[in-house]
Amino acid sequence: MTAAARAALALIAGADPALAGIVALSLAVSLSAALFATVLGLPLGAAVAVGRFPGRRGVIVLLNALMGLPPVVVGLLVYLLLSRAGPLGAMGLLFTPGAMVIAQTILVLPILAALTRQAVEDAWAEYGEQLRSLGAHRLRAALTLLWDIRFSLVTAVLAGLGRALAEVGAVMIVGGNIDGVTRVMTTTIALETSKGDLPLALALGFVLIALVVAINAGVYLIKEAAQRRYG
Amino acid sequence: MILPLRLEALSYRHIILPVSLEIAAGPSTIILGANGAGKSVLMRLMHGLLEPTAGRVHWRESDLQRVRRSQAMVFQRPVMLRRSALENVAYALALAGVHGAERRRAALEALDSVGLAQLAAQPARTLSGGEQQRVALARAWALHPEVLFLDEPTANLDPGATREIERVIKAIDAAGTKVIMATHNLGQARRVGDEVLFLDQGRLVERSPVSDFFTRPASAEAAAFIKGELPWV
Repeated sequence: MTAAARAALALIAGADPALAGIVALSLAVSLSAALFATVLGLPLGAAVAVGRFPGRRGVIVLLNALMGLPPVVVGLLVYLLLSRAGPLGAMGLLFTPGAMVIAQTILVLPILAALTRQAVEDAWAEYGEQLRSLGAHRLRAALTLLWDIRFSLVTAVLAGLGRALAEVGAVMIVGGNIDGVTRVMTTTIALETSKGDLPLALALGFVLIALVVAINAGVYLIKEAAQRRYG
Repeated sequence: MILPLRLEALSYRHIILPVSLEIAAGPSTIILGANGAGKSVLMRLMHGLLEPTAGRVHWRESDLQRVRRSQAMVFQRPVMLRRSALENVAYALALAGVHGAERRRAALEALDSVGLAQLAAQPARTLSGGEQQRVALARAWALHPEVLFLDEPTANLDPGATREIERVIKAIDAAGTKVIMATHNLGQARRVGDEVLFLDQGRLVERSPVSDFFTRPASAEAAAFIKGELPWV
């Protein structure tokens, strides 16, 4: 056990190319997914927060429920979509990083939309009368609110990124865990552990934990700085 | 000119019982009453933030856009955006269609008139409660509204900050804006108001000039309220 840990640290210290490649792909896939989910999820959440349309409650319940979407189920759905016989099979995306980005985007999108919806709705409760009094129509008000709660939104985005980096089920199914192509941190850990190659699995585990801790530290510091600066 | 404002058998659920009255330009109007009398709701109905259950709010001006633009409201708790004091005022001007250098100039002038020019660059939410309320007043005043609604603007403030706010309100009144203010503070009603609308449990009980209201209230409810608020009188 200690020998494995020592070997793992040596891999990290030596910036082992295989390790670095896996970490880089993990970051590329999850950052892309977080970016797409942000671009889609923030406007969606804001629209649900300030919009008045039939079925709004249903949408809110659905968004909240989808926050707990099991990654393997998302993986399965995306697999069915992208498999050769599926509706998007012709794109040839299955077992590529592109498929992994799609799966993680679907996984993270409800989280961002639901957290944004809640944050914008709380802000609307506080600012709504004032903004209406000033003559802001709904779209303008929604944009004003999004900007005003930008630090809470950064927190939501980083939470989504953490979720994407840490999930294994979806990328395993749609990526296929192909060495050098679609192998990311979590899928490698699962595979190497079952093979008995503990040093690489442990090294990736350390990196993953360090990343998640760093992201959360970032969230905390941003929140604190914003609170001090803007109140 | 959007005034006079006419309320026609206006009511809201069981909170405001049908009320008809006309409010003309000129001296300031105080809406007085105990907590829960319906002051805030009546004001929100007038300002258009609430839809009446029955009856209607009628302004002389028929262009709704102009009616909207000619009034402003300051709330009990100032709502500050997470930006500087100056940008908070400029935001209101931007919504009113004021652009470029003129927006900045007008915002600074408004802040100056509430005595906060030196704090223009400070993030608004880091200001004290009294200062935030003055920014809210500047934000409303910058629009040069014909009518300014004030909903208990000093309810959360200490006496010093209250005096400062009242000074600004009197200046706004003197500059020709019609001030309509809700308060439960009799001293404030006397200091700032010219006429009193007295509400009791959603009913408009009495309307009279400030001096008459305090010296010889026409209704038993008003007399009881004054006695309760100022037991030493």
